[in-house]
Amino acid sequence: MLKIRIIPSLLFNGSNLVKGKKFNSWRTVGSVFQNIKLYSLRNVDELIFLDIEAYKNKTIDFNLIDDFADECFMPLTVGGGIRNIQDIEETLRRGADKVSINSGAFHNHNLIGDAVKYFGSQCIILSVDYKIDEKGNKRIFLNSEKKLSNIDLFEYIDKIEAYKPGEILLTSVDHDGMMKGFDIDTIKKINKLSSTSIIASGGAGSVEDIYKVIKDANVKAVAASSIFHFTEITPHNVKNYLSSKGIKVRKN
Amino acid sequence: MSRIVIVDYSCGNIDSVQSAVNYHGQTSVITKDSEVIKNAEKIILPGQGSFKTGVKNLKKYGLFDLLKTKILEDKVPILGICLGMQIFATVGFEDGQENGLNLIPGTVNKMLTKELKLPHIGWNQIKKKKEDTLFHNIEEETDFYFVHSFSYICDNENDILTTTKYQNTFVSAISRENIFGLQFHPEKSLAPGLQIIKNFINI
Repeated sequence: MLKIRIIPSLLFNGSNLVKGKKFNSWRTVGSVFQNIKLYSLRNVDELIFLDIEAYKNKTIDFNLIDDFADECFMPLTVGGGIRNIQDIEETLRRGADKVSINSGAFHNHNLIGDAVKYFGSQCIILSVDYKIDEKGNKRIFLNSEKKLSNIDLFEYIDKIEAYKPGEILLTSVDHDGMMKGFDIDTIKKINKLSSTSIIASGGAGSVEDIYKVIKDANVKAVAASSIFHFTEITPHNVKNYLSSKGIKVRKN
Repeated sequence: MSRIVIVDYSCGNIDSVQSAVNYHGQTSVITKDSEVIKNAEKIILPGQGSFKTGVKNLKKYGLFDLLKTKILEDKVPILGICLGMQIFATVGFEDGQENGLNLIPGTVNKMLTKELKLPHIGWNQIKKKKEDTLFHNIEEETDFYFVHSFSYICDNENDILTTTKYQNTFVSAISRENIFGLQFHPEKSLAPGLQIIKNFINI
């Protein structure tokens, strides 16, 4: 039986790991290597590393990925500033197993299609950030431009999913960093509508929050950041709790 | 120690396979050079992507027939990972029909699912169908990391090493004499994955 994946996500600002609230008020939370080492030692299911400032420098710091990828004997996803096939190729070549593509795909849906054709869907993650507007509609948020687009979340997913990404990393900006639980209704809806596996992200503050999104939205993977940076809770604690609730997790 | 050659046929992230081999202090070389592969004492065929592209690339680099000779006649041990294993089949049905290396008779088909999504992605457990040195020190029901939409159907049940259950039960590892194939990624499966790589090195 397929196990639930608990995926720490690490956000990098060009010099340190950071974590904010609603994609804002960033706090430094430690060094990249320390954290990667720690998570390697803790045998996590998978890791997501996103360079949130890469768009400013045009690309991600490839040398950095090169340096820590060798330490990762678990799946490693890397994203940030991915604009074209060359960026994806380089990211994979430096040791990433999967590449997360966000605004690059928003502006050019074909990038997902081309990437899947060249590298296979298994290594292409479509990252989608959304936010509720003043009318209560969910729209795509673009971190690289710090703005809310006028594109509806559901229409966007429906359209871009046709290009067959391997997974969708779905993040609610409003829930991000707040540690008050996930946007379960939206995640559930998207998960039902979509034929792509969803990684739920944004809002994990307790083990119960993670249990709830798995149980109620029926997702098979959860990404979390603040909970691991700002509380004593480890991915291992989360999995023990899930296991006690009858959710299948990786044992070894 | 023997000379391990990791075949580079432009299909996926193979650095991590080398990292896993190096982890055990074993030297290895990544190459598509047929001269180097001719002298290999052990071969790892990794790979991600489509069956058709994989076969096409092996042929383009002049490795298709060479691999068959090395494995079937010289009996060099080979470990196929993911697409690398699938290419061992007689025929694959991804992007149309394509003949594989036919090292272990079988076909590669798209997995049938109902409510479960493809690719089958994440950690899933194995059930042993026979004993094999490749799974030395690996407990029953150990989890490994999978990411695939197609799976191997063996003509001969004796070739099945382990199975795994997603929507249906599928073949997750195969073996016959010097030929070993894994549907999952040992290089991305933490300690149990590294143990399998070690077992292969020690064969």
